[in-house]
Amino acid sequence: MDEPRRNLVRWLLGGGLSASLISFLYPAFKFMNPPDVPEASVNEVSAGKVQDLKPNTGKIVKFGSLPVLLVRTTETEWRAFSAVCTHLNCTVQYKESSHQMWCACHNGLYNLNGQVVSGPPPHPLEAYSVHIRGDEVVISRRA
Amino acid sequence: MAAVTEPPQQAGWFEERLGLASLRAFLAHKTVPVHAQTLWYYFGGITLFLFVIQVLTGTLLLLYYRPSPAEAYESVQFIMTRVQFGWLIRSIHSWSANLMILTAFVHMFSVVFLRAFRRPRELTWLSGVVLLGLALAFGFSGYLLPWNTISYFATKVGTDMAAAVPLVGRNLARFLRGGSDVGGATLTRFFGFHVAVLPGITTILLLTHLALVQKHGMSSPPRVLEEHRRTGGAIPQMPFFPNFFLRELMAWYGALGVLGAMAAIFPWELGVKADPFAPAPAGIRPEWYFLAPFYTLKLIPSHVWIFEGELIGLLGFALLALWWVALPFWAVNSQGVERTRWVTGAGVALVGYLATFSALGYWR
Ligand code: FES
Repeated sequence: MDEPRRNLVRWLLGGGLSASLISFLYPAFKFMNPPDVPEASVNEVSAGKVQDLKPNTGKIVKFGSLPVLLVRTTETEWRAFSAVCTHLNCTVQYKESSHQMWCACHNGLYNLNGQVVSGPPPHPLEAYSVHIRGDEVVISRRA
Repeated sequence: MAAVTEPPQQAGWFEERLGLASLRAFLAHKTVPVHAQTLWYYFGGITLFLFVIQVLTGTLLLLYYRPSPAEAYESVQFIMTRVQFGWLIRSIHSWSANLMILTAFVHMFSVVFLRAFRRPRELTWLSGVVLLGLALAFGFSGYLLPWNTISYFATKVGTDMAAAVPLVGRNLARFLRGGSDVGGATLTRFFGFHVAVLPGITTILLLTHLALVQKHGMSSPPRVLEEHRRTGGAIPQMPFFPNFFLRELMAWYGALGVLGAMAAIFPWELGVKADPFAPAPAGIRPEWYFLAPFYTLKLIPSHVWIFEGELIGLLGFALLALWWVALPFWAVNSQGVERTRWVTGAGVALVGYLATFSALGYWR
């Protein structure tokens, strides 16, 4: 067989193989990428009764699928922050002894304004609003 | 027409079908060098043995394990409390995983210090380092499967590291988690990685590694070669079969003894079931083989110049890994002369870093 014809056959064969390989891999690749599951967007949640949380304590509240840390700093003052550490995604907790928010994973510390005091977290914690309606504590997203 | 020739009758039934004589001849010729460092040759084999134990105990665990957030923890609890010898099988699986990573590290560093990665064994080294990476991936994915608090946060941190990769990070983290955060989809995925994807890749690579070891034979350390060159004698050899094989078998029994003792005396704990709405518990830390990077992450400040600390950490680890993988290629200069001091220095430095940072990560 002469050279140009041989080359043509080679190209056809190689091209066909590559094309079929791509046609196998593309759907497989797409399959591995998880679809977006739309979440009902939550703007406000009830965090229970006022008397359930003592002053200088905190608790994690479900805000849709996200954890939010609610802190009752004094008898009358409440604060709420996203409990997701801005470093590597762990969940923070309230440290009663030092009045700070603490991430146990790599020792990240935030003050009660959400700002980083020490440790590796690169950003402050996102703040949420807290309202008292009657004897119910309500947390909502900041506008 | 010529008649079909009958095979000679004296060959046995199996011999005729399998051709075992060539295997026997091959085994009869394979030898292992005998010198002061022969001991280190056993560690690769012990690692292989522990891997086989992993496959066997893992297969047993598969009979009861259920990969969903609602059932995973309970199914492991069921294995440990209700299934006969369940506690033992699960404990052996966990202990063997840890010992396997330990012996793989010993094997790797012995290869470095005895210079067994030298030409023409670069690809053996490469396949070995990738196998160690796979072992770590096995550890990371298997760690999540009991779905307890510690493993839940370890997976959050680990997959969030992936998110720090420039450009593709977000997608990579999504791919690993099967969604935007660690949850049921992650558990299912990690289960798939742990019992199908990783075993498949590992088997292929392991066979390649063993074939390469087979092809090139055991490497003798340059110092031993040099000594014998000076005295003019050849390095003594022992037959692989049965001499080395039986010794290796004894090493396996030793490993099995340690494994059984550890699994029975210190049964692996299950911990507390993961709760996505509980804070990370105080004193949280990863498995020992991830302690060094864990402690490093703790030390890196939030920002280094204009970059976020986690990116710097990730970049540092990536460069370190790349440099280590490429060891056989920078271990010789352009004239083909070995940079002996560099290699030893690098090995000592890496062992030093891993040891001190692991200790600090454990105690602080
Ligand atoms: S994840 Fe919070 S400090 Fe690292």
